[in-house]
Amino acid sequence: MNDMRILERDVDTNTIKFAGRDVHVYYGETEAIKGIDVDIEDKTVTAFIGPSGCGKSTFLRCLNRMNDTIDVCRVTGKITLDGEDIYDRKVDPVQLRAKVGMVFQKPNPFPKSIYDNIAYGPRIHGLAKTKADLDDIVEQSLRRGAIWDEVKDRLDAPGTGLSGGQQQRLCIARAIATAPEVLLMDEPCSALDPIATAQVEELIDELRTNYSVVIVTHSMQQAARVSQKTAFFHLGDLVEFGPTNEIFTNPKDPRTESYITGRIG
Amino acid sequence: MPGILLILILCAIAAAGYVMGRRKAATISGDDNRVLHSNKPFHGANVALAAFLSGVVALVASGVIRGVTGIADSANIMTTVLTLGAAAAAFYVTLGRITLDYRARNVTEQLVKGILIAAASVAILTTIGIVLSMVFETINFFNQYPMLDFFFGTNWTPRFQGDSDLGMLPLLWGTLYVSFIALMVAVPIGLFAAIYLAEYAGPRVRGIAKPLLEVLAGIPTIVYGLFALITVGPILRDYFAQPMGLGDSGSSVMTAGLVMGVMLIPFVSSLSDDIINAVPQAMRDGSYGIGATKSETVKQVVLPAALPGIVGAILLAASRAIGETMIVVLGAGAAARLSLNPFEAMTTVTVKIVSQLTGDTDFASPETLVAFALGITLFVITLGLNVLALYIVRKYREQYE
Amino acid sequence: MTDATAPSAPVSGDAEPSSLFTQTNRTKRRNAAEKRFKAYGLGAIGIGILSLVVLLVSILGNGLPAFKQTYVVMDVTLDESVLDPNGNRNPEDIAKVLTFGYTPIIRGAAQNLVREMGGEVEGLTDGMIGDMISKEAAGQLRRFVLANPDLIGTTQEFKFLANGRIDGFFKGRVTMESAQIDSNVSPEQLVAAERLAEAGHLTTSFNLGFLTAPDASDQRPEAAGLGVAIIGSVYMMLVVLALALPIGVAASIYLEEFAPKNWITDIIEVNISNLAAVPSIVFGILGLAIFINYAHLPQSAPIVGGLVLTLMTLPTIIISTRASLKSVPPSIKDAALGVGASKMQTVFHHVLPLAMPGILTGAIIGLAQALGETAPLLLIGMVAFVRDYPGAPPEGLFDPSTALPVQVYNWTQRSDPAFFERASGAIIVLLVLLVLMNLVAIILRRRFERRW
Repeated sequence: MNDMRILERDVDTNTIKFAGRDVHVYYGETEAIKGIDVDIEDKTVTAFIGPSGCGKSTFLRCLNRMNDTIDVCRVTGKITLDGEDIYDRKVDPVQLRAKVGMVFQKPNPFPKSIYDNIAYGPRIHGLAKTKADLDDIVEQSLRRGAIWDEVKDRLDAPGTGLSGGQQQRLCIARAIATAPEVLLMDEPCSALDPIATAQVEELIDELRTNYSVVIVTHSMQQAARVSQKTAFFHLGDLVEFGPTNEIFTNPKDPRTESYITGRIG
Repeated sequence: MPGILLILILCAIAAAGYVMGRRKAATISGDDNRVLHSNKPFHGANVALAAFLSGVVALVASGVIRGVTGIADSANIMTTVLTLGAAAAAFYVTLGRITLDYRARNVTEQLVKGILIAAASVAILTTIGIVLSMVFETINFFNQYPMLDFFFGTNWTPRFQGDSDLGMLPLLWGTLYVSFIALMVAVPIGLFAAIYLAEYAGPRVRGIAKPLLEVLAGIPTIVYGLFALITVGPILRDYFAQPMGLGDSGSSVMTAGLVMGVMLIPFVSSLSDDIINAVPQAMRDGSYGIGATKSETVKQVVLPAALPGIVGAILLAASRAIGETMIVVLGAGAAARLSLNPFEAMTTVTVKIVSQLTGDTDFASPETLVAFALGITLFVITLGLNVLALYIVRKYREQYE
Repeated sequence: MTDATAPSAPVSGDAEPSSLFTQTNRTKRRNAAEKRFKAYGLGAIGIGILSLVVLLVSILGNGLPAFKQTYVVMDVTLDESVLDPNGNRNPEDIAKVLTFGYTPIIRGAAQNLVREMGGEVEGLTDGMIGDMISKEAAGQLRRFVLANPDLIGTTQEFKFLANGRIDGFFKGRVTMESAQIDSNVSPEQLVAAERLAEAGHLTTSFNLGFLTAPDASDQRPEAAGLGVAIIGSVYMMLVVLALALPIGVAASIYLEEFAPKNWITDIIEVNISNLAAVPSIVFGILGLAIFINYAHLPQSAPIVGGLVLTLMTLPTIIISTRASLKSVPPSIKDAALGVGASKMQTVFHHVLPLAMPGILTGAIIGLAQALGETAPLLLIGMVAFVRDYPGAPPEGLFDPSTALPVQVYNWTQRSDPAFFERASGAIIVLLVLLVLMNLVAIILRRRFERRW
């Protein structure tokens, strides 16, 4: 096992992973993100909260350039990953996304076997030299996705046959399998029942030891439970950003307070 | 034409029925709509419809009777009497039924509904007609020519004086060979075109390219046939077949296959385009989110997900290729042959149906009747492919709904 | 959840780049594959569109000359001793002179014309000169004389069709070289034709006869026209429109609005989608067996063609009509039902009018399909050689006729290559009609399309 990098990374906790400066996002004529600055730390769970349409998902999708797949979407300003501008012309979004994995709102397993779902990423990125390597990556990823015990006897079964919560953990495991440095999660629990949600939340907390996790959520309780840092978005602005307990107990901005106390939403 | 005249008379009776029915309803109600169950026009329409429909039914029935019994009704006396009699009787009965409480609207609507059902059953009747029109003549044919020799014979040499060899295999081989080449052209091109349109093309390219490709589907097959005959055939012969020593016929399996392939491109591409678009975006996002390129996503996620639908589309295209007539009539040739050389003229089931049923036909000789056996074979093959394809496509659609 | 904290990260095989700015070899390879894949897609579309262009260019190139025709302009003396031997100008007597009588007059006039121009062409016989005029000319002259008996004995200027080979010479289809080995034309005739053209006696002008004249026999491709075929096609379209539209709409209304959901309806639905995919030639067999052999309708008649095409078009019309009916929002039905309309009234007063533009669009597209259909018409005898125009409908529907696409097929089976030009020309006419129909459909859709 090549875990040198992991150990190394453990040392420099709380270094800044992502830094956004004056980021604007436009969908055609409309401005969805209106110039925000944000620093996202390594080995931390950062939660983006805010009412629907506030731009939190849009911003999340900027971080691994998923917005590139939308024709009318345009991003200005600067977002850096480890100091490198990810919107630089030299950057290949494909390579970026290998480093910055993403988990989506609805579980979206591929119509393949559980094994192939996980092996898909390592295969396209050429992470495994041999079949044994690949088997190993699949097992490790499924273990980290906290779903190994449930599926180890039926790796050949289709991924679509799992329950909602299992599917979402499978998708998380799939994202982990490409050895990313950051995991972006876009409302990963919104399609899940409370028990499955609890399992995924527990998993997110465990992932923090190895990855920088950014999670968009509708649920303030969830943000409070899983995150260390929270960013509150409102109408395309980043209103407030700070340690989660401060945001929830002592918000500085009146809009944050209104949202947290349920007056806007 | 007495039929047309009779129908005109029926229309006149119906018009009279409408006027009289309406008037009677007005009279008995004292022109007060509220004491009538149904509005006056319904009473009129009821009489009109009843008379007209009875007349038409009688007209059709007498036609069938004449056909079945062979009564020589040369002056159409029986038909006329039956038709007008039925119309008059229905007229009299329905007019007599008009009372204040008579539910003319409900009855009219039932009649209209009957007409609608009759219209819908035309589709069923067509299928029955297709089967019946071929089954009897086919049985006739097999009474004169052994079934096994037809299905498994490798010689096709019809002779005017009789004693023909009518083995279907050379025709079937020609059909399958042409269809195979057509699919080899249409499936890759159509599929790649669909992938490009669905995954890569921006709205502008799509807005231009898609209608242009669909123009290919709107062009009549006779146009493709002529194209094969005067352009593609000579080019293939002069630049490929003759230099390579593979033959010197303009009509060939290759000619017909290539042109048919072009015809099928839009067929494969627009069906596949729909099917690829039905694959949920979430699945693509999942793949992009891992860092897959577009082509990797298409090859490893989108296409496997869309596979059943695409297989269905290809089966439909195959069924169309097998049943296609004009392109092979003009492009493939008329010689029944079992050969592998694609530059040789071969013939197909459809070509032989045309050639056996045009010109002088004698419906007692096996040389003519064989066309019906070929027709039913063709029908069964294409029907099987269609049913299978529609089933697969429907299952696929349900999966993503 | 206990084993989730396994300390090791997944193996990373390829050395991950420390910087995003440098592409790994693997990424380069993958991007190259991506470019290739995209190029395949673009190439496929290119091939498709290129085929369309080649097809159209080929047809236009071959067919446009059919709209131009070479004519010989010359004076003909209407010799009384031949045309009206009794000298009484009695139309009945004049009509007794058949076209055989007129032929020598035309041939003589042509010979005079060529000889008078001077510049003897070696080896040009009188017979050759006579053959330069279309055999159709005699009939044209006879019709003229019968219409104008007073002009017998005078000299009139006529514009006759030139022989197909002479016409082909001016269109580039026939050359001096090909004439040497062609038994139907000689190089001498071509030389004479060139001289005539220089003298202004041979002109090329728009060929109206191509659109109006009936078919002509194998020896006179220059006279062959589409008149009968166009009338036949129009008649069949009338039959299809009159039958397929009402039946199709009625069937759709039943299936969409009234049919109970049971196995019978299921069978009808499956049946319709299958009928839409049945090979057209099978419908031809149906027409032959049912309409001709069983019902004893006449062969080659537009009514039979129309009936067969109706059955073929019905599924298309039903499918598109049902789609338009379905697109009418249920709220409108609810509103009508809510004010006490019966279901039947709701459908006929509200749903049907709102769906009408869509239904008509579908019907036109179905009609366009039917117009280009060939195979089934071959089987019901429409390939016959028909020179008489069918009468006016409804009786005309039972007269022998042919149809545009069938005429194309018919001409491809002739030996003279001049007919290929005619066939391509006929295709152009067919395509123009199809484009017009589709334009109407598009305009209908644009103008009345409603978004709910």
